[in-house]
Amino acid sequence: MSADINTRHIANLANLTLTDEEHAEMQSQLADILGYIQKLNSVDTSNIEPTAQVTGLKNVTREDNTPAESFTQEEALSGTEKKHNNLFIVDKLVDTQ
Amino acid sequence: MDISKLTIVDIIDGYKEKKFSISEVVGSYIERIEKLNPTLNAFITIDKDSALRKAKESEKKDFKGVLHGVPFGIKDMFLTKGVRTTAAAKILEDYIPQYTGTAITKLEEAGAISLGKLNHDAWAHGSSGENSDFGNTLNPWNKDYIPGGSSSGSGVAVTAGLSTFATGTDTGGSIRLPASFTNTVGLKPTYGLVSRYGVISMASSLDSIGHFTKTVKDSARILSVTAGPDGKDATLRQTLENDYEELIGKDLKDLKIGVPKEYVSEGLSNDVKEVFEKALRTLENLGAEIIEVSLPHTDEGIAVYYIIQPSEVSSNLARYDGIRYGKDRSHFGKEAKRRIMLGTYTLSSGYYDAYYKKAMQVRTLIKKDYDDAFTKTDVLVSPVSPTPPWKFGEKANDPLAMYLSDALTVTINLAGVPGLAVPAGFSTNNLPIGIQFMGPHFSEKLLFQVGHAFEQDTKLYEKEPTI
Repeated sequence: MSADINTRHIANLANLTLTDEEHAEMQSQLADILGYIQKLNSVDTSNIEPTAQVTGLKNVTREDNTPAESFTQEEALSGTEKKHNNLFIVDKLVDTQ
Repeated sequence: MDISKLTIVDIIDGYKEKKFSISEVVGSYIERIEKLNPTLNAFITIDKDSALRKAKESEKKDFKGVLHGVPFGIKDMFLTKGVRTTAAAKILEDYIPQYTGTAITKLEEAGAISLGKLNHDAWAHGSSGENSDFGNTLNPWNKDYIPGGSSSGSGVAVTAGLSTFATGTDTGGSIRLPASFTNTVGLKPTYGLVSRYGVISMASSLDSIGHFTKTVKDSARILSVTAGPDGKDATLRQTLENDYEELIGKDLKDLKIGVPKEYVSEGLSNDVKEVFEKALRTLENLGAEIIEVSLPHTDEGIAVYYIIQPSEVSSNLARYDGIRYGKDRSHFGKEAKRRIMLGTYTLSSGYYDAYYKKAMQVRTLIKKDYDDAFTKTDVLVSPVSPTPPWKFGEKANDPLAMYLSDALTVTINLAGVPGLAVPAGFSTNNLPIGIQFMGPHFSEKLLFQVGHAFEQDTKLYEKEPTI
């Protein structure tokens, strides 16, 4: 584990824009926290399975039918002003050159 | 009328005996909120008109359920159809949900009446309440001190008599810490007992949906309403139990209560130590046998938690892109950004195995510690926080110090077991100190039994802050 952290790369992955000041602060705070986390290195976890689900449930499914309630198109769009022809307007994701 | 001391049981009995009407009770709460909220800042949104209207309607209607006419407050992480839901974050300051989450629907179907939405650390990220984008909530026991977070408004609303009970979410202590710091009862149920549907996600493998009350009996009554499968959250236990008051009133003879030695061996302030030791003597006097147990991986709890939780936070907060609702990502506050950055890092290519996977493996060991402890004991008991509430600003610029204040609360979220925080005493400067009872998965009835016996002996719920 390394506590070096390229905050510009991480911010880019997370789609966050940080100021230079924030980068500097983040750099030192994350180094502190990651430094603390290093203590896990001393725990022997060979042959230990990871746990994600704590109560042991497996494959909980529902009947394969349409759920009774759903949003109308108007309701689905009610949270934004950026809409056109009853659709969401999104930023262009692919460059066309 | 003075409603500040009323419990759910008092209100229901009062209605039956026609001591007061639903409109009188709801009206008195609204009056008290309007008087005290400008100082305490517990509510972000006061739902006055709707509460008064529902109170009137409830008077005409037949008995809806066990909470008929009982007013409550909702942590602003719970979606409420048509009522602004902010997550105490700027990004959602204008967000009006199109649906209501399961827990709130069930409470309203049982007759409870919402008074409004409560303040907390933005996105439920915090131990003090200071991360809210809507300002600090003050602790009515001493306004210079933090009320605990993240569910700051919920604890304050209940202790200050601004609502009879309040909902909360607990991912690493967000119900138990503020309960402990406000002299209220806070339940973090077993993971997967109460639906997360319609609650803004923080860390999905840890989030537990619970509540704040003045008494343990009230807490059991709420859980009887909120628990159970809803067909909308696949992590819920599929069986339904609905009498969580069953063991209340039963004595503690033949119960073995374990004290995890790693929780109390170091780092406790003198105040907390004293209150905790007194609590152990009380439990012994009530007939329980106190034994020492070991949870060997306690010391790794915070490290595991501060990998798993930010990782899941970074993934859950990825949805806030300002397209379908809310403002864009430039409006995230400091703490959210920090957790997104940390989580993105620990999940990023090349680091996943070293951080996230490693943490999930140690999580297995932590869970096993609890399984082992529960073969020797019925429940465990510990302080909720190593210290009483601290002053505003004391840890605000040192995130690691703030994270370490969760040392005694995060491990049960990792193990998924339930915890019940109950008032246990006061510090020398009169600030509340709570203890928590922890049991095996789905052992809430037992926790209520122990918590109720303890509370009936100490009667701390009778104490009120002077506001």
